[in-house]
Amino acid sequence: MFRLGLVLTAGFLTLTSSVLASEKWNETLAKAKGQTIYWNAWGGDQRTNAFIDWVGEQVEQRYGVRLNHVKLSDTAEAVTRVIAEKTAGKSSDGSVDLIWINGPNFLSMKEKGLLAGPFAQDLPNARYVDFSPSSPASVDFTIPVEGYESPWRLAKFVFNYNSARLASPPRTMQEFLIWSKNNPGRFTHPVVSNFLGATFLKQALMELVSDPKILQSAATDNNFDQVTTPLWTWYDELRPTLWRQGKTFPASEQAQQQLLSDDEIDISMSFDPAGAAAAINDGALPGTIRTYALANGTLGNFSFVAIPFNAKNKEGAMIIANFLLEPETQTHAQNINVLGSFSVLDQSKLNDSQLALLAALPTSPALPTNAELGKTLLEPHPSWMIRLSKAWKERYSQ
Amino acid sequence: MDDPTKQSLERTLFAMISRTAIGLRSILALILTAAFFIPIVLGFWQTLLPSFGYIPAIGLTRIEVFAGQDLIAEPGFASSLRLTLVTGFASTALACILAFSFCAMIQNRIAKSATERFLAPFLATPHAAMAIGLAFLFAPSGFFSRLMSPWATGWQKPPDIITINDDWGVSLIIALIAKEVPFLLLVILSALNHISVHKFMATGHALGYGRAQIWIKIIIPQIYPLIRLSLYIVLAFSLSVVDMAIIIGPSNPPTLSVLSLQWFSDSDPLSLRLATATAIVQTLIILVAVTLWFAMERVVIVVGRWWIRKGGRGPVSDYLMRFLVTMVHVLLACSVLALISLVLWSVAWRWQFPDITPLSWSVQYWSYVLNSDQDILFNSIAIAACTSLICLSFAIAWLEWQNFETPSIRIIVFCIIILPLFIPQIAFLFGLHILFLRWGLSGSLIAVGWAHSLFVFPYIILTLSDSWRSLDNRYIRSAASLGANRMKILLRVKLPMLLRPLLISAAIGFSVSMGLYLPSLVMGEGRIPTITTEAVALASGADRRLQSVYALLQALFPMIIFFAALLIPRIIYVEHADLRGDRQ
Repeated sequence: MFRLGLVLTAGFLTLTSSVLASEKWNETLAKAKGQTIYWNAWGGDQRTNAFIDWVGEQVEQRYGVRLNHVKLSDTAEAVTRVIAEKTAGKSSDGSVDLIWINGPNFLSMKEKGLLAGPFAQDLPNARYVDFSPSSPASVDFTIPVEGYESPWRLAKFVFNYNSARLASPPRTMQEFLIWSKNNPGRFTHPVVSNFLGATFLKQALMELVSDPKILQSAATDNNFDQVTTPLWTWYDELRPTLWRQGKTFPASEQAQQQLLSDDEIDISMSFDPAGAAAAINDGALPGTIRTYALANGTLGNFSFVAIPFNAKNKEGAMIIANFLLEPETQTHAQNINVLGSFSVLDQSKLNDSQLALLAALPTSPALPTNAELGKTLLEPHPSWMIRLSKAWKERYSQ
Repeated sequence: MDDPTKQSLERTLFAMISRTAIGLRSILALILTAAFFIPIVLGFWQTLLPSFGYIPAIGLTRIEVFAGQDLIAEPGFASSLRLTLVTGFASTALACILAFSFCAMIQNRIAKSATERFLAPFLATPHAAMAIGLAFLFAPSGFFSRLMSPWATGWQKPPDIITINDDWGVSLIIALIAKEVPFLLLVILSALNHISVHKFMATGHALGYGRAQIWIKIIIPQIYPLIRLSLYIVLAFSLSVVDMAIIIGPSNPPTLSVLSLQWFSDSDPLSLRLATATAIVQTLIILVAVTLWFAMERVVIVVGRWWIRKGGRGPVSDYLMRFLVTMVHVLLACSVLALISLVLWSVAWRWQFPDITPLSWSVQYWSYVLNSDQDILFNSIAIAACTSLICLSFAIAWLEWQNFETPSIRIIVFCIIILPLFIPQIAFLFGLHILFLRWGLSGSLIAVGWAHSLFVFPYIILTLSDSWRSLDNRYIRSAASLGANRMKILLRVKLPMLLRPLLISAAIGFSVSMGLYLPSLVMGEGRIPTITTEAVALASGADRRLQSVYALLQALFPMIIFFAALLIPRIIYVEHADLRGDRQ
């Protein structure tokens, strides 16, 4: 009897909470109408910019929310802006409503209490997302998300190579070293102060370290040197064989892609498995470029959107975060003619018609299949990336 | 009846009128100070605080020691410092030498107005656009390499050599020179109006000196003092340039200005200490550099006197100068080719190495930008037009009134006006942004326009004051003797006669505003995107085709304004050769 009561109460509670939730969401919808959202998002990629424009049109039509894309050259600009606002004592009506964020920037803002939330699980479309404890939606670079950011696109570390120049590309870090020695000047990575450049070092570290588990907890003064020794031994050998003798590096993923397009290098890297296929469609890369992942898997993570603590239009920002998780939006984003970014939704939570839409998307020879993309490795604790960048700078920037 | 009240009333009225005149002048001086001086000082102060560890936003409320120690400990800081000094000094010195040589060789051979017309496109092209074009020109897979491959070089793929972004900053120096030489040419040409070059040339030739020797020994010593300030401005600019250094400068490590910007945009707020400290160091560098340059001038004067008195006829110097002039021609040709390659890229679909022209064409990016980024075009044009017009009116007001002020006040106000050109932008813009935030101004067109005026106004004053001063006083006296009051003289005589220089300085103001990167980025909070913020953001990544469209747009609008400025006087003053700039 008691147990039945408990079950009933629990059921009742779930029911009321869902009713409450939908009431709360309706309230959010009502408040959001007419708001103008300033979404601070990195603006270096034309396709992403065009996708954000499309999101703007959609949310204006559906919810009466206007979207303004503030194009950043670095996400940290928005973080700095929020800090400046806090310095100036502006704790409401802030200029940033929504930020495309993850990893170190998220850690920085979360630690300093610069984020609003938690809100991610309150979004109606959160039901399509896998929020299990170790899923990429719950852990951002080993930092617990705890609802302070909501996922919107998948990033997976991949390499692009020119199939006209090499038949089979290197698939392990040792193979990279051998290949680059035989083909000096034809490989490079973005500068390590850039996110992707640092990722390349992390990827190498994960492969070269004796026990990758150690990377899941914070790096310490005691273990950093010892853990990274194999990495530096490998890199010291690799660097002189790189493009420009490893003395200078492309500033970003896009600058590196331009080098691949200009035939200055044969292999580039990217955080977007469909990026090369999309670039071929756009004429930005030759048709002979192919995308692949490494034999033992590559790093992967979600890109998120977060709302600053002082955002002026939190409701509208939530509407956009929610719209980004619509199955139709994610399918649209995965279309290589649009963005080509793989869906962040849990496929097992989609219904048949939603799955059919995904299956009907156009394909391209440069586009890897999910199987070809292989294992996704968990991102190390952010302290590793921060220390790696610093150590790299100390060693190679003089 | 002699009414004492009436008398005192008259006295009061008279006093009031003269006070109003003084009042008006003071108001102008006050406005100039409030609009230009206070923001810079307060902004600089706000930048100074974090460099001493005072960052209240993250709970650091104690003033500590200057972060200099930490800066020196940063890897690569010494190299950044060296790079900054080398690129700044080398580009300024070389640009100065090249500009003088060029002037010496073309003087008397090409009409001044023709030279101005020919310089206009180079002056109008903003630094970032030029850097983007030159970067493609010189890259190992770039335009030159494509022109020569594979028939001459045998390169089937681009060679693995370092050209742009080289560790020594040579490519940055070249890019800076390419932009500064046309500016200095313009300055030298207008300085030449103050001396009678013909007479000196004739005397010099009679004494057996060659053209180069006459210039070095007689003409340059006379006009150098007139262009000294512009040289200092070029020096200060080259030492703190951001956009060009990002695009074509070394990256590992970069120059101090780029380093500072990187720290400003670091996700760790503690980097603010380093960022602001670097900005302060940059300010000191400019101060020391200008002093050093001044000291070098003294040395050159002493050595030069001895050298001139020796009376050598130095036949070699003519060959040297001819070589330097060839260098200028090469440089200008490179600038033109850079713009041409931008045009090609902007309409290319695929353009592979080693093809000389694109494989396939498309105007997709033009139509994309013109259709969907109209607000960006609007922002840029509106800001540039408004700031240059407002600054021009202020400049006219100041030039007209300054004669009433004491010389010391004139000098003080002048120093205030040109101050923004001698402090690295980053050293006060960051602090100014915090102030604007407090005043609720940030992120608005007004904030961006205001920040732009800080830079547009001094350039307008600098380009205009010379023509203003050299206007023949007899016209003004004639008008006054015919009974015209000051206002009428200004409106009916001075402004119409000075139409050409007025339009040219407005055009320079327009192109300065169009090319400003940091003020738009920091003050606009990214909410006021301009062509330049887009172009530099894209230059950090993105497609070269889109980059080219933005770089060209950046250059296009100032060019249109420049040509309008040169054309309008020719249309209005068909019958007055003096006023349309054909004779001078």
